[in-house]
Parts: sequence; structure tokens; C-alpha cells
Amino acid sequence: MRALTWHGKHDVRVDTVDDPEIINPRDAIIKITATAICGSDLHLYDGYIPTMQAGDILGHEFMGEVVETGPKSTLRKGQKVVVPFTISCGSCYHCGKHQYSACDNGNPADNQDIGRELYGQPMSGLFGYSHMTGGYAGGQAEYVRVPFSDVGPIVVPDHIEDEKVLFLSDILPTGWMAAENAQIEPGDTVAVWGCGPVGLFAVQSAFLMGAERVIAIDHFPHRLELARKFGAEAINFEETKTYEALMEMTGGIGPDAVIDAVGLEAHGFFVDNVIDQIKASMFLGTDRTHSIRQAILACRKGGRVSMPAVYGGFVDKFPLGAFMEKGLTLKTGQTHVQHYMPGLLNAIVEEKIDTTFLISHRMALEDAPKGYKMFHDNQNEVTKVVLKPDFAIAAE
Amino acid sequence: MTSETTLAPGQRDDAPVTTSKSVHSDRALLAEAITINRPAQELYAFWRDPANLAPIMENIQAIEKLDDRRSRWTVKAPAGREVTWDSVITEDVPGEAITWQSAPDADVANSGRIEFREVAGRGTVVRATIAYDPPAGALGQLIAKLFQREPRIQTRRDLKRFKQLMETGEVATAARTRKQLEEEQA
Ligand SMILES: NC(=O)c1ccc[n+]([C@@H]2O[C@H](COP(=O)([O-])OP(=O)(O)OC[C@H]3O[C@@H](n4cnc5c(N)ncnc54)[C@H](O)[C@@H]3O)[C@@H](O)[C@H]2O)c1
Ligand SMILES: [Zn+2]
Ligand SMILES: [Zn+2]
Repeated sequence: MRALTWHGKHDVRVDTVDDPEIINPRDAIIKITATAICGSDLHLYDGYIPTMQAGDILGHEFMGEVVETGPKSTLRKGQKVVVPFTISCGSCYHCGKHQYSACDNGNPADNQDIGRELYGQPMSGLFGYSHMTGGYAGGQAEYVRVPFSDVGPIVVPDHIEDEKVLFLSDILPTGWMAAENAQIEPGDTVAVWGCGPVGLFAVQSAFLMGAERVIAIDHFPHRLELARKFGAEAINFEETKTYEALMEMTGGIGPDAVIDAVGLEAHGFFVDNVIDQIKASMFLGTDRTHSIRQAILACRKGGRVSMPAVYGGFVDKFPLGAFMEKGLTLKTGQTHVQHYMPGLLNAIVEEKIDTTFLISHRMALEDAPKGYKMFHDNQNEVTKVVLKPDFAIAAE
Repeated sequence: MTSETTLAPGQRDDAPVTTSKSVHSDRALLAEAITINRPAQELYAFWRDPANLAPIMENIQAIEKLDDRRSRWTVKAPAGREVTWDSVITEDVPGEAITWQSAPDADVANSGRIEFREVAGRGTVVRATIAYDPPAGALGQLIAKLFQREPRIQTRRDLKRFKQLMETGEVATAARTRKQLEEEQA
């Protein structure tokens, strides 16, 4: 089959590799009909995530048709499914608590050592996201092996277009959980850093959960415009002093809840950010964290901090003092995708949530390297790239 | 939670002795605990039958049952060699614990104990304690190397595979093809 493989920083290629096979009883093989490039994939593309190996197949947002099932799979051939990016067993203590991304068993035993060293306890397996999270082949390919197929994939009605449900795999539940973690109360003002897919779904979700106002922060005019379409007020951090603006817009109180949907590659010429960048390039530190710092400082006293954004290592100058003195609460984590899928599928079917607005580009799987480059270089207009293995390759 | 309120003479805290700073983590005594979301009896029964253990243990080539208490263990060693010893169950508390010891003539003397203790709402805490004593000489060095290839990590991984099999019915692998799986297990 053809698959998008990682070879190093800014080097991804479409290679021919062996087709996946059923290995374990609960496996299924899915023929991919649509898959997307995620902001998290850019962290891999930029070489920020350790334990990648040349030839690794990327992709954790995908859906398709069931073509083969193991004896213990509950799926049937021909079913249309969306697959969560977290690989979770459904039977451990954490899965029982619906903390799917903390599953004890999704990650092969040999790959759990790194997570234990780095984080104290290893997390679940993830598709296409380094060997620390299992080393599983991802779904930016023609076919993919899906472990625990009786627990993860959600069967979607045949008549729904792929594009409407594809984002159930990651970013829609992630934006939703980000808003849920902000513990929004009626009348609240919520500020969201980052208007990528996660931030934009967090904006939509925050309104659905009863936020009175949502303030969206980014520097890409097109992305800010999308946030405004959902009713958010925009702050362009290149034009505006974000903290001052937030304080004035909230009557000197600060937002009741803040959401960091930026992550370890925060943009912008801020002093702390530049120091982080120098350190990252000299391997002295890893994560650039301007957005979470600013969010904590802006948040009102006793407010809530929600952090869907991904961080991998250690940070400097985390404003622990502000965090403690103001009595803030922080909720974060890789998304417990399986927990949110059924409810969000209903919301899509009932047209309460719009998902397709996000897609700016559709491409053939063969063109995936071009898709990565575009998504990386032109974030203003390229909001989401969807890859389709059977999409006609654009004439050069 | 215990009834004793004062520590025994010589005891400094309530932590397991195997976690004492004076026990070197890569030396002869180690313990690992894991919580498995299954009843103790089921876990005990699985562990009691040596035939079940080879697939979840790293490095183990074969475990052959000799009689109800004795089994023969064959371990892969570097350079295509094999190391074999007989293991004898010395204490068997159904549903609770199994203690074993290598037969007196074993190349590498080893002993161990696995305990199963149910915890409300979480399944069973499984604790394995392993002690071994590598012999002197060339073979001894080979074996020592084999066992000391981070024995704690090896034990932890074995217990993780045990947990995966008992909780999910399979051992997790990222292999995409059967060929890859075979290469991983080789
Ligand atoms: N928790 C999870 O399970 C999960 C799942 C998916 C994605 N994520 C993470 O969520 C984050 C966002 O994902 P995405 O797909 O939306 O990414 P993205 O890269 O498309 O969007 C990030 C946005 O942040 C903006 N930004 C950069 N610096 C900023 C700053 N200083 N202030 C305000 N905005 C700034 C960028 O301009 C961009 O629009 C990433 O870190 C991603 O890894 C987490
Ligand atoms: Zn993603
Ligand atoms: Zn689990």
C-alpha cells in the first residue's frame, strides 16, 4: 500500500510499504477513505517530538471502511467507521473511568518505559505519533490496522459525508473537552489562545456550553475571521497588546476561564518565546510556552485554565506563583476521544455543530508531503488539509 | 491503615524493603507491583500453570512442566546459546501466592514469589519479588549479563504483558504485519 512516512525534520514522503494484517483477535483493518493532517502532526514535522524513527507512518485523524476483522472484533465488513486517535482497551481501570487516553494497555509493554521515565506513568497508545506512544502505524495511508476495534471506532451512518464526521477522530472532541475542562458557568467570558482547528472547535463548544462571551486570540486574520463567524470577539496579538486588551474587555477582571489551544510551538516575537526558541534549538529545553504563560496571567482570580495544547517536556518560567496566588485550577490531557464520540456524532447529525467549515484543502494521499508543507508554511489560509487516497491527483 | 502505630526496631518507614536506597536496583533483589482488573483467583490460576507464562515473558524460550510442582525453564542467551534450569514451587497458597526456587544444581540460582491481593474496585494487586545469584566463571558472566540486562525492567514488562493478556485477552503490539511481529519476538 501507499503511506505517508516520516524521515526527519521537514522530510515526509509517500512510500510503498507492506499492507497491514490482523495480528490480535480484537483487530480490524480499515480501508481509509479520508484522513487529515493535524496541528499535532506539525510538531512531528518540525522534529519536536522524540522517539520518531525513519519510516514511521503518520496520521491519527482518519476514517474508512471495515475490510477485515479479527475473531473478537465487533465490527462488520463494509461498515463505515471513524477511529479515535487514542488506542484504548476498554477494560482497564482507567478505561472504566472513561479516561481513555490514560489506558494502561493500549501501549505495548516495551514502549511503556519511556513514558514512565518521562511522565511517571506511561499513557495510552496513539496512532502515528512516535514510539513513546506505542509506535503504531498511523492512518495517512491506504489501510490501517486498528487494535481494540470493538472499543474505539464508532460506526457512522452510510449517508453522512466523510467530511462531516472525520473530525470525531480528534480535534472536535479535543475542542469540546477543552471547553468542558474550562468548567464554563452561565455568564462567563472565555478566552481562547489559538484559532487552529482545536481552538475553533473550543470556541463553538464554549458557546454551546453557555459562555456569554468568547474572546479568540491569534495572529492569522483568516483564522480569526472564522472564530468571529461563531460569535467570538477577536484579538490579533500582532496588532494588539493581548493582556491589556483582555483586561479592558472584561472590565478589569480577566476572563473567567482561559483555554490554551496553541501548544509547544507558540509563534510571535515575545521575549520569553525567543529565549525558549534559542534553548529549543540548542537542546537545552523543549517547549515554547508563551501562550500558557499569558493565559495564566490574564485569567481572573479563582478562574479556570484549560490546556488542550500539547506539551512534551519541561518548561521554564511557568508562572507558578501567579497560578498559586490566584488560586487557579488547571485541567488538561490528551483527549478521552471514545468518551465524547457518541454525543458529538449526534450533535453533527442534528446539525448543532458545524465541522466542514474548517476544511480549506482536499488532496490526494500522494500529495500529502505538499499538504504538510502548505499547512506548515501558510497557516493563515490552510486551516485543515483532508487527504483522500482515491482523490484524483492534481495536475502539476 | 495498619494497627501498628510504631515502627519496628531498625525499620525506618512503611515502604517495601526492596525500595530501600541501600538495595541496588540492578542487583540481586527486586520487586514490582502491578494492579490487574481481574479477580485474584483467576490470576493465580493462570500463573500456577507454567505453560501459560512463556508467551508473556521476555527471553524465555520454553517452560516445560515436569510435574505439579516442577518445571524446566529454557532461556535464550547471546550467541545462540541456551540456559536451562529446573524450578520448584516451594509454597503454594491457592488464590494468594506462589513461591518458587531453582533446583540445587541450577546454573543460576534464583527464587521468587508472586502475591495476589484483591483491592476493592480495582481488581488485584500483583506483587512479584525476585532474587537471584549469578555464579562465577565464564558461563556465570554470560548468565549474569542476561539477567542483569535491567532485570527490573524485564520483570516490569513481563507483568505488563500479563496484565494486558488478563484484562484484554491479548498482548498489545504495534506490529503491522505478522512478519514484523515475528521479528519483534525473535
Ligand atoms: N489534547 C489533545 O488530545 C490534542 C489533540 C489534538 C491537538 N492538540 C494540540 O492542540 C494544539 C492546537 O492544535 P491545532 O490543530 O489547532 O494547531 P494549529 O497549529 O493549527 O493552531 C495553532 C494556532 O495557534 C496560533 N498561535 C501561535 N502562537 C500563538 C500565540 N502566542 N498566541 C495565540 N495564538 C497563537 C497559531 O497562529 C495557530 O493558528 C496543538 O498543540 C496540538 O498538538 C491536542
Ligand atoms: Zn490530531
Ligand atoms: Zn484501557
